[in-house]
Amino acid sequence: MPSLRQRNSPIGIAVQQNGRKEMSNWIEACAANDIDEEDVIRFDHDGRTFAIYRSPDDEYFATDGLCTHEHVHLADGLVMDEIIECPKHNGRFDYKTGEAKGAPVCVNLRTYPVKVEAGKVFIGIE
Amino acid sequence: MLRIRFLSVKCREEAVMNAIPTIRDYSLIGRDAQAAVANGLTAAEWYHTDVPRKQMKDLMKRSDGPAIRDTIIWLGCMALFAGLGIALWGNWWSVPFFLAYGVLYGSAADSRWHECGHGTAFKTRWMNDAVYQIASFMMMRNPVTWRWSHARHHTDTIIVGRDPEIAVMRPPDLLRLVLNFFGLLDAWHAVGDMLRNACGNVSAEEKTFIPKQEQHRVVRIARIWVAIYAATIALAVAMGSILPLMLIGLPRLYGAWHHVLTGLLQHGGLADNVTDHRLNSRTVYMNPVSRFIYWNMNYHVEHHMFPMVPYHALPKLHEAIKHDLPAPNPSIFHGYREMIPAFIRQLRNEDYFLKRELPPTAKPYREEFHSDAIAQAAE
Repeated sequence: MPSLRQRNSPIGIAVQQNGRKEMSNWIEACAANDIDEEDVIRFDHDGRTFAIYRSPDDEYFATDGLCTHEHVHLADGLVMDEIIECPKHNGRFDYKTGEAKGAPVCVNLRTYPVKVEAGKVFIGIE
Repeated sequence: MLRIRFLSVKCREEAVMNAIPTIRDYSLIGRDAQAAVANGLTAAEWYHTDVPRKQMKDLMKRSDGPAIRDTIIWLGCMALFAGLGIALWGNWWSVPFFLAYGVLYGSAADSRWHECGHGTAFKTRWMNDAVYQIASFMMMRNPVTWRWSHARHHTDTIIVGRDPEIAVMRPPDLLRLVLNFFGLLDAWHAVGDMLRNACGNVSAEEKTFIPKQEQHRVVRIARIWVAIYAATIALAVAMGSILPLMLIGLPRLYGAWHHVLTGLLQHGGLADNVTDHRLNSRTVYMNPVSRFIYWNMNYHVEHHMFPMVPYHALPKLHEAIKHDLPAPNPSIFHGYREMIPAFIRQLRNEDYFLKRELPPTAKPYREEFHSDAIAQAAE
């Protein structure tokens, strides 16, 4: 099972993929090498659950941890290139943009900004 | 012994005391559907055997190779048998070729529909989608409706009032089961559904599991299919021969027997309204020909527990987790020898089911979810 972590972090500015600037709370989620390349782990914080991804080209991304179709943790799913596939019904999302890629998922996944500093992965939660 | 399901604790206690068999309401908009929601049986947390992440990633890994090979064999054999059947049409020697063609059409298409619906057969998405559309047509299953119904089947497996794909309802309708070996009732209903959908009617039950934004696609595909069948029938009339229908449509009847034979074993005679696939699904060892036709869905507990694992990796998954699963049935015959008596007992007592015994190495069933009443009913 992916590791579960709960850490704290300073507040900062995060830039979301749509270019909007939002005040974010940077939360230390895990060490960068806790995630294998082309894989995902689960991160729980403050009653919420997130999925943190490491892409094949060694970039990090974060989304909500639960599939928008049903209550299933995406961290148990399969990462293929930029796609995360839900382990229950094989619904697919682009984890870089959150876009739902077809049935049985119809609702996009929420994404969060990520930064890596000193070998640690931080996600920006507003 | 009787098992009283999830109406409420009080109702259940009363029913046990009065020893009244539970009447099941399989409607997706009926009493048991509401009860399942009220009792937390829907979208529940299901039991999973622990498998290390690295091993699971390896098992889930996608590949085009096995499915391309199998699809070439499948469609190639269909073309060969159809060609020989056509060449020998009017001669009794055509019969075995049509029988073989029929099984590849009316049974092998069932497992292709299933695997490609999950999107696990091929690595390449369009290949999954293409085979899914072809197989859906052969099985007369609207690809939109059935994609969503199968998602529900995996969410709420054999939960009464929630699962739209319960093949054997209780008490079992044995005549219906026999007729479906020849596809008779399934195809009859499928044609009715297709015509109804083609008229723009999506039923209230279908609307419970198909999102609104997808419903127009149900209608569009039904209309395309009606056009194909109409053209086939017109060709048959023009030729004065049923030959076109022997190739399109009728194989869904005369070739259905194998997918019913194997499909009934998936959940037949086992528990309902539980949240552990070890209790409601069955793994059966089968001969290689049946496994090719069935695309390894004989490893059915494994498939339900980990639907992300492609069909070609299920034997490896089985080896990895069999210590935690009930012993598989060693053959189709063995499976039927336990299942048919269970069906017959369910005619008298629909609460009866076969409780799968776990090996000593397995984690026990969660009795907090699967109450003592279940164990009693299993006898």
